[in-house]
Amino acid sequence: MSAGKSSARAFLRSAGSVFLKDWRSELRTRYAVSALLMFVVTTISIILFSLGSEGASPDALSGMLWVVVFFAAMSGLSRTFVMEEERGTTLTLQLLAPPGAVFFGKLLFNIVLVSGVNAVTVLLYAAFINGFVIRTMSIFIVTVGLASLGFAAAATVIAAIIARANTKGTLYPVLSFPIVLPLLLSVINATRMASEGAFFTEAAGEFQLLISYIVVVVVASSMLFEFIWKD
Amino acid sequence: MTHPLQLVGEGLRKEYDRRPVFRDVSFSVSAGETLLVTGRNGSGKSTLVKIICGVLTPGGGTLSFRQDGGVPPGEQRDLVGLVSPYLQMFEEFSAVENLSIAMGIRGLTFDAKAADVLLERVAIFPRRHDAVRTYSSGMKQRVKYAFALIHTPPVLVLDEPMSNLDAEGIAIVRGVMEEQRGRGILVVATNDLSDIGSYDRRVDLNERR
Repeated sequence: MSAGKSSARAFLRSAGSVFLKDWRSELRTRYAVSALLMFVVTTISIILFSLGSEGASPDALSGMLWVVVFFAAMSGLSRTFVMEEERGTTLTLQLLAPPGAVFFGKLLFNIVLVSGVNAVTVLLYAAFINGFVIRTMSIFIVTVGLASLGFAAAATVIAAIIARANTKGTLYPVLSFPIVLPLLLSVINATRMASEGAFFTEAAGEFQLLISYIVVVVVASSMLFEFIWKD
Repeated sequence: MTHPLQLVGEGLRKEYDRRPVFRDVSFSVSAGETLLVTGRNGSGKSTLVKIICGVLTPGGGTLSFRQDGGVPPGEQRDLVGLVSPYLQMFEEFSAVENLSIAMGIRGLTFDAKAADVLLERVAIFPRRHDAVRTYSSGMKQRVKYAFALIHTPPVLVLDEPMSNLDAEGIAIVRGVMEEQRGRGILVVATNDLSDIGSYDRRVDLNERR
């Protein structure tokens, strides 16, 4: 029992150390944050110029918000594994940590990164896009939180797969889209409900779907990760 | 009666895309002994090294660490320290930070004094707080030795151990090898026998294709 406890503690410590390494590395290099924020600012500017003074329907505005989030996430979240591969430190990590600890450390880093970027994206989008109004804030906050977890979970395992490929940049959004599609459809629906002023309980179905998606992706990814990571 | 740690490979085989690299590689080496791995370029020395370190799965055969009480599969990783030309440090961090990161990711407690002693030994101490990316290739090779030894592994695996090292670095590595022979198992993959001096077991991969 105590051996089990201590090995669980070592696993958590190992995953936490992988997260801290990536976090400190990001604070020094700012590769992912810079890429993500530049993407968000550029995309919102393009939407702003395209719409001009004309408005768009709440459905269209909800969809556009998540298009920005999807491509921003896909442009930045792959860095966690691609950087290890490009710098040749994949072997170093393989020597140090069990695959599960690497996966959960990287997942935690991506959750923190995408949560921060989503918060900035939503604030900029709400501030600059005319007609984007949220009437039920509780639905919107839960949706953004669950979307951040879902994007991070899907992006982490896809990044591990494409880090080994030669065509990393193009492969990532292409491979991600079918995996993230159920997540996107749910968050777009939930955001539309939030902007239409629906009651919180009306969005419960979407939240159940999002939570199920996150659980399935995290469990399946953690089981598959060793095969992706090791050889 | 206690049994010292043993590293045993039995019938190891590896292919890449159905192209055989080596087959039927067997060896047994115990604490206090040195295993020499030789073979021409492309014979699979580095592949065998990676299998010993647990980062590659063999296509067939088994590799096991044997000692009293057995070795749980998850703990094999902590028995081995590796130095090789293809092992890279986290270059945005300093030498001390690399050692601290290594211990943290292994789930072990970092001892700053032990790290300083080790960095002093590999003659990196004066530059220990500089980012590794600012080091010369010889200095990076020395940091790899500190990185491999910080958790005092009973099995030290050296692939081309003298790469990029000057005379002072070579003398340091000879000392590290000697100490490892007294403490555990030393595995050296090289074609330059002057790197190693003496050995107890030998795997010649030229004969295993």
